[in-house]
Amino acid sequence: MQATAKDTAELRLGSLEELEKLRGELRAAEDPNHTRIIVCHGTGCIANGSAGVTEALKAALAAAGEDIAVMPGIKTTGCHGFCSRGPLVIIKPKNIFYQQVKPGDAEEIVQKTIKAGEMVESLLYEHPQTGEKIETTEDIPFYAGQQRVVLANIGQIDPTKIDDALRAGAYAGAAKALTNMEPKQVIEAVINSGLRGRGGAGFPTGIKWNLAAKHEGGQKYVLCNADEGDPGAFMDRSVMEGDPHAVVEGMIIGGYAIGADTGYVYVRAEYPLAIKHLEKALRDARAYGLLGENILGSGFNFDIRINRGAGAFVCGEETALMRSVEGKVGEPVPRPPYPSDKGLFGKPSVLNNVETWANVSRILDKGADWFAGLGTEKSKGTKVFALVGKVNNVGLVEVPMGIKLREIVMEIGGGVPGSDHFKAVQTGGPSGGCLPWQDADLPVDFDSLIAAGSMMGSGGMIVMDDRDCMVDVAKYFLGFLEEESCGKCFPCRLGVPRLRETLNRFSKGQGTVEDIDDLYSLAEAIKAGSLCALGGTAPNAVLSTLRYFRDEYETHILEHRCPAGVCKDLITYSIDPEVCTGCRACARACPQNAITGEKKKPHTIDESLCIRCGMCFESCKFGAVQVQ
Amino acid sequence: MAQTAIDIDIDEIIERYPGKPEYLIFLLQDIQAAFNYISSEALTLVCDHTGVPESQAYAVATFYNSFSLEPKGENLIHVCLGTACHLKGSGLIAENLMRRLGLDGPGTTEDLKYTVETVNCLGACALAPVAVVNGQYQPKVTSPKLMKTVQKLGDE
Repeated sequence: MQATAKDTAELRLGSLEELEKLRGELRAAEDPNHTRIIVCHGTGCIANGSAGVTEALKAALAAAGEDIAVMPGIKTTGCHGFCSRGPLVIIKPKNIFYQQVKPGDAEEIVQKTIKAGEMVESLLYEHPQTGEKIETTEDIPFYAGQQRVVLANIGQIDPTKIDDALRAGAYAGAAKALTNMEPKQVIEAVINSGLRGRGGAGFPTGIKWNLAAKHEGGQKYVLCNADEGDPGAFMDRSVMEGDPHAVVEGMIIGGYAIGADTGYVYVRAEYPLAIKHLEKALRDARAYGLLGENILGSGFNFDIRINRGAGAFVCGEETALMRSVEGKVGEPVPRPPYPSDKGLFGKPSVLNNVETWANVSRILDKGADWFAGLGTEKSKGTKVFALVGKVNNVGLVEVPMGIKLREIVMEIGGGVPGSDHFKAVQTGGPSGGCLPWQDADLPVDFDSLIAAGSMMGSGGMIVMDDRDCMVDVAKYFLGFLEEESCGKCFPCRLGVPRLRETLNRFSKGQGTVEDIDDLYSLAEAIKAGSLCALGGTAPNAVLSTLRYFRDEYETHILEHRCPAGVCKDLITYSIDPEVCTGCRACARACPQNAITGEKKKPHTIDESLCIRCGMCFESCKFGAVQVQ
Repeated sequence: MAQTAIDIDIDEIIERYPGKPEYLIFLLQDIQAAFNYISSEALTLVCDHTGVPESQAYAVATFYNSFSLEPKGENLIHVCLGTACHLKGSGLIAENLMRRLGLDGPGTTEDLKYTVETVNCLGACALAPVAVVNGQYQPKVTSPKLMKTVQKLGDE
C-alpha cells in the first residue's frame, strides 16, 4: 500500500529531500505502460453525462473480470478542452481518443480495446475535411496546434489526489524557491521570465510583487482572483477544477517572495466543482506540510483560505474584490494607494489571476529562461483561451502568444460551421472588442490586440458568423455592464445606460447618423471619467464594432434593416408555403395565436399579432419558418 | 427543498463562523443556501453576531446577485445569458419562459412554484444555449424543450 495524504496526516514532509523521495516512490509505484482509462470529468463533460460513462465502464470491467489479464485503472480528470466532443474517454498509454461516448459504449470499449487491443471505430474522431478516422490525441488538429504549459497536467492527473499531482511534478517549483532561493531571487526570476498578468491588463507580475515586497515586515497578503466573470470564459474554472495544486503552489511561491503568510482565493460561487477541488487540494497540501508552518523545513509559514464570490461582476476588479473579501459591498476605491501599498485590510497585497499563479509554478520549476523563450518579445509564454460561439471545435485551448487569430479559429477551432470565414471574433469579455475577418492574420498578444481596438482580457474568444448582428452584440455587452455597474461613480452609472439607449434606438431602426458621433464623445467621457476599469473599458464594445462595422450600424439607421436578421423590431417571420406541411406545430407553439391554416395545408403568420418570439421557428421541424 | 430548510437551526449556521465583520458574506451565503432566502430575522441575528450595522448588512445583501430577501419558488430555473448562449438565442428563450409563467422579468411566480433567474455565464459554452433546471443541465435547449421540462415539474 502506498502512503496517501488522507491516511497519513503524520506524513509531513520536512525537507526538499523528503518531498523528492516521496515523489520518486510515487512514480516508481506506477507502471507507465499499464493500461489506464481516463474519463473527462470537467464541467462540460459532466453536463453531457460523463459520470454515467465512468459508472458504465466500471461495471463493464467488473463484468469482464477474469478475462482481463491486468485490470486497468479508471481515472477521472479535469477538462481536456475539447468540450464540443464530450464526453471524452482516453485510453493510456497509447492515448486512444474516444469522443461522444455514451454509457452504452462501455461494454464495447472493454471488450474490444481493453481485452483485444482493437479500436472502436465509431467512437474515433473524424477529420472534418478528409473524413479520415484519427486514433490518438496528438494527431487531432485541435490538440496538434496547441502548446500546453498551464494546462499540461489537466486531463492527465486526478485533481482530487495530491499524489497524482506530485507524480506529475507538482510543488517542485515551490520547493526550489523555498529551500534554494532568497525571496529577492524569486521575484527576479519572475521579472526575468517576462510574465504579464493573465487577468486582463497584462501588468508585469514580478514588478507588481516587487512593489509589495519593498514594504519590509508586517502583515501582507497574496490573493488569487478566481472571480472569472467574463461571459464566455472558463479558463480559470478549468485550471482550478483540473489542476488546483498549480494554483496553490503559485500562491506559496508568491507569499514567500513578498513576505505574506496568508493567501485568499476569491472564487465565483457559480463554480462549485472548482471550490470542491480547491478545498481538497488545500487539505491534502496541509497534510503533507506543503501548507502550514515551516514548509519543507524552510522556516516559511503560509496558508490559504477560500472566499466564495456572491455574484457581482465588478468584484473581478482588484480593489472591489478586496472589499468583498473583507465582507463589504464590492465597490472599487480610487487608486493610488495601490493594493501593493494598501490592499486587503489596509495591508500590502498582491492579487494575481488563476492562470498567472499557475504560470508562476511552471516558471520556478522550469526556469525563467525557458519561459522567456516562449511567445513574443513583449508577451511571453502561452495563453489559455475559451474558444466558443460559432466555431466547430468549442473548447479550451492553450497557444503560444503571438499565434495568428486565423490559426486559433480556423485550424485549432476547425473553422466556422457552414462558412469559410468568421465575421468577427470578440476577445476580452465585456471590456474588449470585436476583431473582423480582415484582422485574421493579427498576432494574438497583449499589445497587438490593444492596437486593434480590443484586448487580451482573461481569455474569452467568441467567434461570430454572418448571422450575428454587431449592433446587437454591442447592445448585449452594454446591457451586461449596465446591470453590473456598482453605481459608485456617475460616468459609468449614467453613461453606460445612455450608450445602451442609443443602441436600443438603432436596433429599432430609429436614430440618426449624428447619433453615432454623439456615441463617440460620450464614450470618451465615460473612459476618462470612470473610477475603475469596468466603466473605463465599457465603451470598447461600441467603439470596436463602429470601427469595423459602421456600415452595419448605418443599415439599421438608414435602411431600417438588420442584415444579420437578429434585431427583433426589424425582422419578420413568414412561412414558406412550398415547405410547410401543415403539421400545426408552429400554430400550437405560438403564444399569440398569430398562426392560422387548415390541417395539412400551408399556414400563414398574421404579422400584426406576431411578437417575434421565435417559437414557430424553433418548433418547425421542416425549416419552413423563415426570418427576414 | 424549502420545506426541509425550516428544520435547519439558524443558530447552528451562525455559530459556524467567528463573530467578525469579515464573515458577513460567508454567513449570508450559508443562510441563503439553507433557506433559499434571507429573512429579516436572520439578517438581524447575523448582525448581532458579526457586529455589522443592519444598514450595512442590508447594503451587502442587496448588492450581490446571489442573495435574495424574498423566498424563492419550489423549482429554480437558471437561463444562461453568457455571450455564447446569447448568440444562440438564449435571450428569447428566457423571455419566452417568463412570458409562459406570467413573469415580467426574472423572479418568482405568485404561487411560489417557479423562480426564473438569468445568469451571466455558466462556462458550459460548448452546450450553448444552456439552462439549468433544479440543478440539472439542459444542454442545447430550445424554448419548446425548456417549456416542456418546466411543464412536467408543474404536473408533478
